Amino acid sequence: MPSSNENGALTRPHVGLFVTCLVDLFRPNVGFAAVKLLEDAGCTLSVPEMQTCCGQPAYNSGDATNARDIARQVIAAFEEFDYVVGPSGSCMGMIRAHYPEMFPTDALWRGRAARLAEKSYELLSFLRDVLGVECVHARYEETVTYHDSCSGLREMGIKAQPRALLGQVNGLTLNEMNESEVCCGFGGTFCVKYPKISERMVADKVQSITESDATTLLGGDLGCLLNMAGRLKREKSRVKVYHAAEVLAGLTDLPPIGDPK
Amino acid sequence: MQSRAHEFKQRSATALLDPELKRAMGKAKGGFQQKRRNAVDALPEFEALRQAAREIKEHTLHNLDFYLERYERAVQSAGGQVHWASTTQEAREIILEICRNAGAKRVTKGKSMVGEEMGINEALEQAGFEPVETDLGEYIIQLAKEPPSHIIAPAVHKTKDQITDLFHAHHQKYGLTDRVTEVPAIVNEARTVLREKFLSAEVGITGANFLIAETGSSIIVTNEGNGDLTNTLPRVHIVTAGIEKVVPTLEDVSTILRLLARSATGQEMSVYTTLSTGPKRKEDLDGPGEYHVVLLDNGRSQMLGNEFHEMLRCIRCGACMNHCPVYQSVGGHAYGWVYPGPMGSVLTPLMVGLDKSFDLPNACTLNGRCKEVCPMSIPLPDMLRKLRQRGHEQRLTPFRARAALGLWAYFAKRPRLYQLATRLGMAVLGSLGKRRGRFRRLPFAGGWTDARDLPAPQGVTFQTAFRKRGSQK
Repeated sequence: MPSSNENGALTRPHVGLFVTCLVDLFRPNVGFAAVKLLEDAGCTLSVPEMQTCCGQPAYNSGDATNARDIARQVIAAFEEFDYVVGPSGSCMGMIRAHYPEMFPTDALWRGRAARLAEKSYELLSFLRDVLGVECVHARYEETVTYHDSCSGLREMGIKAQPRALLGQVNGLTLNEMNESEVCCGFGGTFCVKYPKISERMVADKVQSITESDATTLLGGDLGCLLNMAGRLKREKSRVKVYHAAEVLAGLTDLPPIGDPK
Repeated sequence: MQSRAHEFKQRSATALLDPELKRAMGKAKGGFQQKRRNAVDALPEFEALRQAAREIKEHTLHNLDFYLERYERAVQSAGGQVHWASTTQEAREIILEICRNAGAKRVTKGKSMVGEEMGINEALEQAGFEPVETDLGEYIIQLAKEPPSHIIAPAVHKTKDQITDLFHAHHQKYGLTDRVTEVPAIVNEARTVLREKFLSAEVGITGANFLIAETGSSIIVTNEGNGDLTNTLPRVHIVTAGIEKVVPTLEDVSTILRLLARSATGQEMSVYTTLSTGPKRKEDLDGPGEYHVVLLDNGRSQMLGNEFHEMLRCIRCGACMNHCPVYQSVGGHAYGWVYPGPMGSVLTPLMVGLDKSFDLPNACTLNGRCKEVCPMSIPLPDMLRKLRQRGHEQRLTPFRARAALGLWAYFAKRPRLYQLATRLGMAVLGSLGKRRGRFRRLPFAGGWTDARDLPAPQGVTFQTAFRKRGSQK
């Protein structure tokens, strides 16, 4: 039986990494950053092969049947671990806040969903709140600004944790942008279903980023980051975009999101 | 009011191109948000009040029949009459009948969103009455022949210059020929014109923020005092309200009032909080000779006890739209019916039909800010998602979106096939995008690339790279 630290967390917990579909497809570097941060913090890590996506695109499009099927797949693949951790407030919010409400008439799966939800965390808040990570060994000599992705902020309470961890990075200065808590206009399928509205929202967001005078934009959700990076590039901005985990893990050798090699 | 909610896509596209709208919305947004923030921060018990208000409303809604009947008896004991309307058609007929019986020509109006639901101004005009809006914002949009674009700031979409032009065009017939360009002068000119209307109207129609079951009173909160002139000067006062507006006691109302203005405008209280209880009594110096209440259902009783029950807690403060980035981008008119923004995106489908307003619950990023600021803790994003489920079940979703989702789900439910397909797909995309690091155009991705570049994938999926690393270790 593993023992616990003063935060009540297991000292060498077995963590199942929920990679998230966007990290898996677009930015594996974020996945490797998560692996490094979790292993450095003393976790034993597994990456179950039977994972694709959390099912949020189906759930938010009203397709409850497919969303439930995918949720069952995730539950079955991850319930053996002490914790489930992923580098996204949105996907982990889906598992934590929404899986338990997806099986109103199925007590068995509702229970399994609830048990999984309880041990599911977004990466940065897990490091800080559960593992009690105080310092990271990374250097990043830039002025950064941080976008608070909506689901992470409002479903998972992620606000102070990434800032506290980034504060430990050598050379890094944080310049808060105005309205860092306002949606960037990504919204999953929203951005392609209502592209004009999304464009206005992301253009407003890019303006806030630009006005912060930061040279790098960081965030904790790849969907939002792809959206903002794409718009920054379209507006020919030189602001670099990374997932916060990449900076915290010191994995910034790779070109920023949307930049050429 | 005729719904144009099915035109959301066209209307929002037009709105996004309107520079005046952008200017007007930008100006209003910061004020609403900052003032609310300051007011909430200055009240440590705000969260506790929120909880108490929610409980008051839930208790009332669970016993709505009881409180509505108690309210009716109290109105009758005070000498007033209650009229029940299940549809807007019935409500219009009741109101027109009262106006005819009063021998009315001119009808003054306080702000009423239920009146907008009924389309009462058009009905009054068609029946030969002259309806006059007396709330400044409502008066402005009546002149412009537009519906409100916000539930508490109906003319929020108008700039000062546009209002100057509007007044100049409409007020010359009263001998007011100077162009007024400063806010105080604009307000004064409206006051001059409206003064005469207040004094000569035979009927005054107001809405109600609350109905109090124990006393039979209706309450309106205003900042201009126009409501008081509308409900005391004419011979007949008609109150229009939805059935969910009833609250058990005065004590209950005072709890919810502490949330209302703070959430709406950031005021501690609105300038006027006016209670009307029945017609003028013998000992009263002024007041109407007749007092009528028209209670409108219009789909509300259908929501009682179903998954949209909590929407009936709404007190129409407008905080959700003031904090909604979609509403702030497209303005209220894009939504096409009475209620815009997040609360409207829930109510409109329930009142005019989801098939006629499919886009409203879908045009939302589910960012959750509306729920965060709602003083009645209404889970608006969850309700929007439930409406999307209904839309999916009723097959209202456009074919292309359904097909794309179905295809994606087919793969997402088959991890091995998914990994094979994505490994190949990302290898292709990665090598195509390697040089620039992004795509400016991509087939089938116009929705994305019209507004932004698509960052290129690294080219190898994490699943593949991680397994490789594992085998090398």
